[in-house]
Amino acid sequence: MSRSYDRALTVFSPDGHLFQVEYALEAVRKGTCAVGVRGKDVVVLGVEKKSVLQLQDPRTVRKVVMLDDHVSLAFAGLTADGRVLIDKARMECQSHRLTVEDPVTVEYITRHIAGIQQACIFRYTQSGGRRPFGISTLIIGFDPQDTKPRLYMTEPSGIYSAWKANAIGRSSKTVREFLEKNHKDDMTRDETVKLTVKSLLEVVQTGAKNIEISVMDGFGKVSALDLSQIEAIVSEIEHEKEAEAERKRSRLAATAAGQAAMSARAGEDRAAPGA
Amino acid sequence: MECSSFGIIGKGYVLLASDTTSGNSIVKMKTDEDKTKTLGQHLVMTYSGQPGDTVQFAEYVERNLRLHQIRHHHELRPAAAAAWIRRSVADALRSRSPYAVNLLVGGFDTSVTAIKEGQEELGGTPKLYWIDYFGTLADVPFAAHGYGSYFVFGLLDRYHDPNASLEEGLVTLRRCIDELSKRLNAAQSNYRVKVVDKDGLQPSFNPVMLALLHQRPTLQDD
Repeated sequence: MSRSYDRALTVFSPDGHLFQVEYALEAVRKGTCAVGVRGKDVVVLGVEKKSVLQLQDPRTVRKVVMLDDHVSLAFAGLTADGRVLIDKARMECQSHRLTVEDPVTVEYITRHIAGIQQACIFRYTQSGGRRPFGISTLIIGFDPQDTKPRLYMTEPSGIYSAWKANAIGRSSKTVREFLEKNHKDDMTRDETVKLTVKSLLEVVQTGAKNIEISVMDGFGKVSALDLSQIEAIVSEIEHEKEAEAERKRSRLAATAAGQAAMSARAGEDRAAPGA
Repeated sequence: MECSSFGIIGKGYVLLASDTTSGNSIVKMKTDEDKTKTLGQHLVMTYSGQPGDTVQFAEYVERNLRLHQIRHHHELRPAAAAAWIRRSVADALRSRSPYAVNLLVGGFDTSVTAIKEGQEELGGTPKLYWIDYFGTLADVPFAAHGYGSYFVFGLLDRYHDPNASLEEGLVTLRRCIDELSKRLNAAQSNYRVKVVDKDGLQPSFNPVMLALLHQRPTLQDD
């Protein structure tokens, strides 16, 4: 009885929380990691994908999906919820084209998706209710007649926000902190892709085969990197890391040697008077 | 109904043509209306009928087929698309707001099953469907809608050749257009021609097509 605000979606807990929404966020945190990075005139989505079982058809598992020619989406959380939301968004994209003869802007479709997520909590709940969608999304794209890359995020609560770079899902905090440290404005295509892969490698231990990268170079210009391309980037990053570690090691060795020399000399000095 | 559209299947291609006149009753409103719609890489449609209904229905079809393609990462094949379009017309006919549209759907089926034995070089099968506003669907080798159809079916019976090259097909089309300008009172002189083959919709500036369509004897109507 005392915990009844835990059950109902519309009931606040005494300290102002909606627990169901927070549980949904927990589902997101358990989902696979997705990263979005904006460059100068490119925007990149990277996702951690689960290894496909030996006998499974890998084409049926998609983590980055196309909403329209110029908008892509990646999500973290319950895949089944994602599918429903994606279908609604795709329908809206075509419906928008039908009614106003223009493709959607990225912000418009983001707001629409966030609206569905929010409505889920507040509009339908009074009469029996639905639970919130257990997903967060990253939406990338270009607006029609525009060259500025866009990146948005939505959350189960219905919040949406624009970003230069962001991560959702498992270990998203680590990745976001990494991005905060390493993101620069006006990155080239290669730099943007590399930063995306690098940030994903913070949480994906298994390397290239569990990474999926989707690049958008302009309105309607979407391409997915294939495994060999991702492998090349991963090995490049690894080489850099090794070189860095090597430099560090030699620097450490140099200091250690210096210290050893110094303490040896000190030993001699100490030994001398007694001789 | 005053507008005319034709479709002809040849060897490895389907050819659609629609006049470009838009009008009401006896009044010609404009002569550069595109009454064709590209529905996919290998699918084109011409539409005629009530001016408002045609555009509304064509856009509805266009967006729904696109939605299907995005959802399933796959385009509907011509047969399936035509069946869906027919169904939409038929459902609308039995609702309060029927669409008064006549359609020709031309497409090229590139599926493995459509690549016939010994004809691999064609890369599939050209398909043509005739749909009227009652929701009739017919799979045909050549087709026509509008007043023009009263004149050209005889010609096509005589001259249509399923193994005709694109050049020969265009000559047949030209024959139809010439016949209309000779005999049809309300003949139109401008047509939009679309060709679909294994490589998809051919660009309308295709030099071969343009040369062939323009080198014919001048029309009396022009």
